[in-house]
Amino acid sequence: MTTPTTTSRAAVARAGTPAVEIHDLRKTFGAFTALDGLDLTVRQGEVAGFLGPNGAGKSTTIRVLLGLLRADSGSVSLLGGDPWRDAVALHRRLAYVPGDVNLWPNLTGGEAIDLLTRLRGGVDPARRTLLLDRFELDPTKKARTYSKGNRQKVALVAALASDVELLVLDEPTSGLDPLMEAVFTECVRELVAEGRSVLLSSHILAEVEKLCDTVTIIRAGKVVQSGTLEELRHLTRSAVTVVTERDATDLGTLPGVHDLLVEPTDDGPRARFDVDNDHMAGLVTTLGPYGVRSLHVAPPSLEELFMRHYGDELERIDTAGAL
Amino acid sequence: MSATATTPRTAPARHQQHRGGSSLAGTGTLLRLALRRDRVRTPVWAFSVALLFLYAVTALDAVYPTAADRQVRAELVSSPAAIMMSGPGYGLDDYTLGALVANEFALWAMIAVAIMNVLLVVRHTRAEEETGRSELVRAGVVGRHAPATATFLLALIANALVAVLSGAVLVAAGLAAADSFALGAAVGVTGLVFAAVGLVTSQLTEHARTASGLGLAALGVAFLLRAIGDVQQTHGSWVSWLSPIGWAQQIRSFVDLRWWPLALSLALVVLLLLLASSLATRRDVGAGLFPPRAGPADAARSLRSPFALAWRQQLGSVVAWGAGIAVMAYASGTFVDSVGDMVDELTATSPEMAALFGEDDLVNGFVAVLTVFMALAVGGFAISSALRARAEETSGRAEPVLATATSRTRWLGAQLAVTVLGSVVLLVVSGLALGLGALTVGVTTPTLGEYVAAAVVYLPAVLALVGVVWVCLGWRPGLAGLAWVLFLWAFVVGIFGSLLEDLPDAARGVSPYWHVPQLPGDDLDAGSLGLLTLVALALLAVGFVGFRRRDVTST
Repeated sequence: MTTPTTTSRAAVARAGTPAVEIHDLRKTFGAFTALDGLDLTVRQGEVAGFLGPNGAGKSTTIRVLLGLLRADSGSVSLLGGDPWRDAVALHRRLAYVPGDVNLWPNLTGGEAIDLLTRLRGGVDPARRTLLLDRFELDPTKKARTYSKGNRQKVALVAALASDVELLVLDEPTSGLDPLMEAVFTECVRELVAEGRSVLLSSHILAEVEKLCDTVTIIRAGKVVQSGTLEELRHLTRSAVTVVTERDATDLGTLPGVHDLLVEPTDDGPRARFDVDNDHMAGLVTTLGPYGVRSLHVAPPSLEELFMRHYGDELERIDTAGAL
Repeated sequence: MSATATTPRTAPARHQQHRGGSSLAGTGTLLRLALRRDRVRTPVWAFSVALLFLYAVTALDAVYPTAADRQVRAELVSSPAAIMMSGPGYGLDDYTLGALVANEFALWAMIAVAIMNVLLVVRHTRAEEETGRSELVRAGVVGRHAPATATFLLALIANALVAVLSGAVLVAAGLAAADSFALGAAVGVTGLVFAAVGLVTSQLTEHARTASGLGLAALGVAFLLRAIGDVQQTHGSWVSWLSPIGWAQQIRSFVDLRWWPLALSLALVVLLLLLASSLATRRDVGAGLFPPRAGPADAARSLRSPFALAWRQQLGSVVAWGAGIAVMAYASGTFVDSVGDMVDELTATSPEMAALFGEDDLVNGFVAVLTVFMALAVGGFAISSALRARAEETSGRAEPVLATATSRTRWLGAQLAVTVLGSVVLLVVSGLALGLGALTVGVTTPTLGEYVAAAVVYLPAVLALVGVVWVCLGWRPGLAGLAWVLFLWAFVVGIFGSLLEDLPDAARGVSPYWHVPQLPGDDLDAGSLGLLTLVALALLAVGFVGFRRRDVTST
């Protein structure tokens, strides 16, 4: 954002208290357990990714954070307050973008934006104009004529235009084209640079990877993994492709090497495999005598992290599909 | 070039041989889908109407067992207010049970069936387009007119069921077979007319709500035309013949049966279907006939509270209801002077009855009947307006508002404020319009203020209906629609009250309207009104408490 926000609320936010701190959160709907002892922390000034497949409990968690749902048990702290009891006061300090934006059909996009920002405590008109411009949104159209992507933009502009400490974004880019996704990414980076905190739920891994400092991966209402992107990568393997002069089939016997595949190429045999990151040093030492012609080591993408956590589930679905 | 040009041409050509390129392709499948979706609803409808006939025949037979009793009834239904709420008055000189049912009850069965048909058609056509489901359907091998045709066939099946069951019930009650089935057919054919009306209004607007509203407005006009015609002249004037409800009543069931007026209804059905189909070919899927216009880029300064938002959402429906109620009330008011004429007539024919009432009492009674009818209409508005709060929640539109610095109490309070404000406006409008109608024909007592007061005292009763919605909203939101059941009971007690004399007060007292003094004739009973107000406020408060505690859900 080019508008300087010297009086930004984020600047006066108490440092130290996490923006969101959830511990052992449980929520059931009848017999269905939506959240089963979930933990989540968003520190001040960071972008926390909240990753999981559909139905994992991301939106339920966010609705508890917004005081729309009442937690069965566990502790939830939002900007230092209780999201159920202090909902109104806390909502002045946050902005929310739902995953599925439904607007009032007879209001224009511009009217919806004004209404939502006013209910939150007002908006800087210059910032609103700038955002409308960047997202290429026509505010004079009635909401019923907007496509899904345009409805999403209305909610995004209303949220991003507000001067708040915390942004709660539930799959905010669903329906946006790649160009608009890039604009969104840029806007979020600017807000974070001003010291604001962001909770970004998504099932789009690239989006989380691009923006987030920390990631919490959940599934069936439970955290399966959380940490900084660095920490998560540390736990995982890297994909290695190496073309050598000598046959590299016996690399498969090295500790930490998995799924080795060797194919002949014009340049020589090409070996592809995964290696546990803590065995990387041993691998590099061993490779020397094979006569390395080219070496490519790729850090794991979140796609791969995701596959590891959901792999067994996918496998089960595949098996079921094959039957 | 030639290869790319010919390949796509051959495929559809071959396909067309199978399908005949018909704009009705897929109708059968869609009809099965519609039947599957309405497999409970349609039979429940048909049986309910038949049961209402059964109830009417049984109750009327019990209340008026002898010819002499029924003749007294015939005198009673000769007042303008009664004629407005019944029929053209065939067979009043020899008021048999059949004639009584056809003259007084058939109208309400037709109105109920007409409402059901409008809602059925809109639900299966425009609502499908509005939600986008029809896009999915129309992308299949489905002709342009297939969804509308399937819907109309569903309505045809439903109305045939209504006609046959109603006729059978009347025959079972011992009435003449031909007349019984004719009356059943009249109800069914009237339903079909309004199914066709619904198909036309569904072409006009983008919104299911507006389409239903237009269809129901057409029903209101049809009701009013026959009411005016029937009051103008016994057996109806030419004005009665402008209304499809009038045609259905003109078959003279149980008096001197003639079938041909129903041919007018069927001809109208055909005309409306042709109109709907020609409108449908002129528009895009999902669009109305008129393109949407651009609106303001910025919100007005006043649009800054949940109340302003809710008012903006509902202003259109308040205006529409207000216009409907005003027209109805004004037209009814212009009949107040004929009550005077009737008193003269009554004095001549049965002096003892005339002595029983005075002229003032008769006028006041007339005003009371009309006012309760208008107040019931306002109750209908109030319930549908209160249910908007639930629709806002399930559609997910409440969520972004509640995620701002807006408390639940403030949000729900805004919804309530709009419902109450709208109800007050409509009550005042109905009183004013009724009084102005009376003034137009030169009747100066009661005064305009008395008309308004007579209407406004129903506010606590309207609030009680809203209170029932509110309690459900707070504690069992899925059941909020149950308020309509109470409304229906209030309607039955309010309109057929005289048939229910043998019911205990406890049963009639369930209707909040029963506790309201019928001004200007009755005394203003502050005690029962106060109690009703307290009950209403308590229900509302319970609703608020529940809503503050529960989860906010969306689908």
